[in-house]
Amino acid sequence: MQLNVNGQIRNIDVEPNMPLLWAIRESLGLTGTKYGCGVAQCGACSVYLNGELVRSCSIPVSAVGSAKITTIEALSKDNSHPVQKAWIALDVPQCGYCQSGQVMAAAALLKRIPKPSDADIDSAMANVCRCGTYQKIRDGIHVASGQKKLADVLAQYDATPATRG
Amino acid sequence: MTTNTNTSRRHFIVGSSAIATGLAIGFDFSIMSEANAAMGTGTTAMAPLVSPEIGVWVVVKPNDDVVVRIVRSEMGQGTITGLAQMVAEELECDWKKVSYDYPSPAENLKRNKVWGSYSTGGSRGIRTSEQYVRKGGAAARIMLVQAAANQWNVPASECVAKNSVITHTPSGRKTTFGKVSVAASQLEVPKEVPLKDPKEWQLIGKSVNRIDGTSDKVTGKQIYAIDLKLPGMLTATIKEAPVFGSKVKSYDAAKAQSMKGVKKVVQVGDGAIAVLADTFWQAKTALDQVNIVWESSPNENVSSASIKKMLEEGLNASDTFVGNANGDVNAALASASKKIEATYFYPFLNHATLEPQTATAKWTADSCEAWVPTQDGEASLAAVIAASGLPADKCNVYKVNLGGGFGRRGAFQDYTTQAVNIAKQMPGTPVKLIWTREEDMTQGRYHPVMMCKMTAAIDDKKNITGLNMRLSGQSILSAVRPAVVAANKGKDPVVFQGLDPTGEHGITYSFPNLNIDHAMRNTHVPPGFWRGVNVNQNAVFIETFMDEMAEATGMDAVEFRRKHMKEFPRAVAVLNAVADGIGWNKPAAPGVFRGVAQMRSFGSYVAAACEISVKNGNEVKIHRIVAATDPGYIVNPAQVARQVSGSFVYGLSALFEEEITIEKGAVVQKNFDTFGSIRLSQMPPVETIVIQGGGKDWGGVGEPTIAVAAPAVLNAFYRATGKRLRTVPLKNSGIKLV
Repeated sequence: MQLNVNGQIRNIDVEPNMPLLWAIRESLGLTGTKYGCGVAQCGACSVYLNGELVRSCSIPVSAVGSAKITTIEALSKDNSHPVQKAWIALDVPQCGYCQSGQVMAAAALLKRIPKPSDADIDSAMANVCRCGTYQKIRDGIHVASGQKKLADVLAQYDATPATRG
Repeated sequence: MTTNTNTSRRHFIVGSSAIATGLAIGFDFSIMSEANAAMGTGTTAMAPLVSPEIGVWVVVKPNDDVVVRIVRSEMGQGTITGLAQMVAEELECDWKKVSYDYPSPAENLKRNKVWGSYSTGGSRGIRTSEQYVRKGGAAARIMLVQAAANQWNVPASECVAKNSVITHTPSGRKTTFGKVSVAASQLEVPKEVPLKDPKEWQLIGKSVNRIDGTSDKVTGKQIYAIDLKLPGMLTATIKEAPVFGSKVKSYDAAKAQSMKGVKKVVQVGDGAIAVLADTFWQAKTALDQVNIVWESSPNENVSSASIKKMLEEGLNASDTFVGNANGDVNAALASASKKIEATYFYPFLNHATLEPQTATAKWTADSCEAWVPTQDGEASLAAVIAASGLPADKCNVYKVNLGGGFGRRGAFQDYTTQAVNIAKQMPGTPVKLIWTREEDMTQGRYHPVMMCKMTAAIDDKKNITGLNMRLSGQSILSAVRPAVVAANKGKDPVVFQGLDPTGEHGITYSFPNLNIDHAMRNTHVPPGFWRGVNVNQNAVFIETFMDEMAEATGMDAVEFRRKHMKEFPRAVAVLNAVADGIGWNKPAAPGVFRGVAQMRSFGSYVAAACEISVKNGNEVKIHRIVAATDPGYIVNPAQVARQVSGSFVYGLSALFEEEITIEKGAVVQKNFDTFGSIRLSQMPPVETIVIQGGGKDWGGVGEPTIAVAAPAVLNAFYRATGKRLRTVPLKNSGIKLV
């Protein structure tokens, strides 16, 4: 079986019903895409198929055909995607396990809607984060889309403790 | 603020081969990349660097790079950055040159536990190590300065260190840390190590960016335990008896064994079956084909309904343990002109770390190594030693990045034990065990189930004359630390977190007559420490009942609290901060309702106030939350804000959507479709106020605030609808967070 992943044609020998997620992780060795639930609930496995955001845990590898797969590893060279830059500057991730999926979802949103409203963010960003980084994810999208200045967002959290014992 | 995109700030020290062959550590610190660490013993072609260790907490390399030892585990809470800030503050080094490493737990054992506790729970990472890590930084600075002074033949008192540069003030001569680090490492570690006055802190208290590799987390490069690859590695997945404590009676693996990629089907301990295969997917599909017959167990008769019945009986039972009491509450109730009463329920909860449980182990007849995502490297090592059947000096544990912890991966090393038990059946081959989400959901260490009956006595002048609080439910320590319970004559002291007479979990209210007791009602469901632990339910019980008592006595909810908080000025300060922040004394927008709550837990004073609206009687929108926390000292305000905001996501998920229920002795929920976790759209903006109340003891950050979101929202819901909700989660009352 052939997969077109991150601009390369790769041959893999797997069971046809194997979810794309496991082909990506185990056959292609791209472990940035994560397993969280296996039932398309959490979004940790988000990748692009022909540019569309999909949950790879619930797509059999046999259904992919010649569609172009893009994983987190190929979102940008050198962390240069505006979403990655904003995420780094704001320290959005905590444990970070869900963040490949969050970054892919946010980048897909910005491609579709370059200046998303909060309502757009609400409906597009449906991935689970157990650490609870949602507030920073929202900030990150505001910054990545140029709707808020990085310095303003940072200042919001940079309160110097008022009193010191 | 500088943005750290330096991914080389991480080091894993001491290759496993160095440990296995018993090389003296001394100054020979073999720094290897994460990738090499992940490759394990097979390919540890490390380039050893001679990097002088200055004391035990700091290594200064000749190029001035500073490596700070971190033994608490990073799981997203920012402990690495905070601990490094504290060391660097006293070391007076250039923060941009600071990176960290994780000394292995085996090395700690070998060196007489020089790095102290590895346990990363109870919000202790910063607060219980601040003294020794700050002293570690200060001692290294003293040694570096002394080394420079020795070279110049001047008194050390004439030299100062700043930004990794040492200056001899009278002559203006300068040198750098790196140039004197070898000499410094040979000096004796000073015994008297004065620390800076907190007023002089430059780096502690600053919102510097994290140093644990944010850039790798947004490119997929960060290696989590589930991502490990070792040469020749197999992957395993496991199924443990769905009814806790049941055993494997028999199993038929004929079909599974013939499936592609499958290497072996093994029994693990008494109660589990695992499949080893080339890939996870092969292992999982094969495990689904193993026909396992479980031994019958009386626990099959246990259900959520039977557990609730047992807890309800406990609400009026007499076999109780008293956690906090003063005066005579029965007399107060007998003479009350009015009594109010309320009964509450708080369910089992699963941690549901987004990375399911996983661990990798390699076992041979004379060594055992394990790569573990752990909140407590020492506990992992102990599990490996026990399961491997090998002496301690033949075992090693490498800490690997965790995809979430929340209390699941510290005291509980069941997954580590399993990985070793599986690896033992495939000697010489590294085996990575990965749990399915379904296994993770059904084999947790669950937040204990608890009911509570609150009863208040009110006199004719509308004073609360007595408060009785009866807890009925599961004890964590009975299952996890039975020796502690035995030492307390059967009582589990942790049940009373947030309600204790005094201390880090001391109650912050005074009542003339008070009784808080616990009817211990244990189940076969294994309990665990779930972020916030017992404060979660205790805060719901007491903080919503405070509102009920305020209403019954005709007082404003904030004013009523203050009336009973006179002995706790720091608690009043956080309460006032959130009341001011939410605009408590000003009218809310039409259709918007407010609630507050406050607690002391894990040594910190915390409070939250929220604004909500309710549509159609059941659709709750939280518009904003104002939170305040006073842990005494704040190391990194932005990190604290992240923890507070994140804790509310965990806490509100539990309030609205999460519940583990039991049918026929087993967990019903299998995945996130039935065990909800709130999403971004449901999360309100959180404004965090940090207060440094100072004092001798530091408080924690990761857990305390989680508990105040739920009661604040419940109190606001009552104002919005006139309904008191006393059963968690709210989904069972048809209520949704939108």
